[in-house]
Amino acid sequence: MLRIRVQEAPFDIAAEFAALTAGRVDIGGIGCFVGTVRGDVAGRDLAAMTLEHYPAMTERALAAIAAEAERRWALLGGTIIHRVGRLPPGAPIVLVLAAARHRQAALDATGFLIDWLKTRAPFWKKESFTDGGEAWVEARLEDEAAAARHEIPK
Amino acid sequence: MAGFRVHLLYFAWLRERIGRGEEEVEVPGEIRTLGALSAWLAARGPGYASAFAAGKAVRAAVNQGFAGPEAAIGPGDEVAFFPPVTGG
Repeated sequence: MLRIRVQEAPFDIAAEFAALTAGRVDIGGIGCFVGTVRGDVAGRDLAAMTLEHYPAMTERALAAIAAEAERRWALLGGTIIHRVGRLPPGAPIVLVLAAARHRQAALDATGFLIDWLKTRAPFWKKESFTDGGEAWVEARLEDEAAAARHEIPK
Repeated sequence: MAGFRVHLLYFAWLRERIGRGEEEVEVPGEIRTLGALSAWLAARGPGYASAFAAGKAVRAAVNQGFAGPEAAIGPGDEVAFFPPVTGG
């Protein structure tokens, strides 16, 4: 089972790593992805990024993504933490850890989890700029393409 | 068919344009699908018209699961409308 949390507070990567590996000697590799707030958008300076979500649906959507990863790879555990609320440039937004016996499954599952999360979990980002402007981030075709790489051919 | 109540949720710029994050509404009985519901909502006022004018850019969920315009809706459903997701 992957552990899933949505929270406003920062996460402690070392603590999450320790929780994932405590008492385990079967794990041979852990993939890790951390998404952070970029400080500029096309040359415009960002003051903050605000993340909104659909609380009743979010954990269910993340659990479905995690279950799909566990169906595809023999994972020995993992963690998904997504932050919400107002985050300054440089702040961590999302943590994905995936543990397996060997590196390939760990790395592939990590990539899959973040790619699917970006297109299948109900989060929305709003950018607030230092010039006072605000804009909702639009979904990127590149993200759809990245997620589609993981589709199983019919 | 008699009218029925649904619980509606709006997120991101749909919430801003409509001016509220959630509401209970009485829907006419002939509304059977998500697509028909969004067309009916678009006629409720300028904020709704603006929110739903974007057409394909609006996504939806019925009872916390992603759903397309053909999805059935009925009494007591929770229906959420939102832009394409941008997490991660």
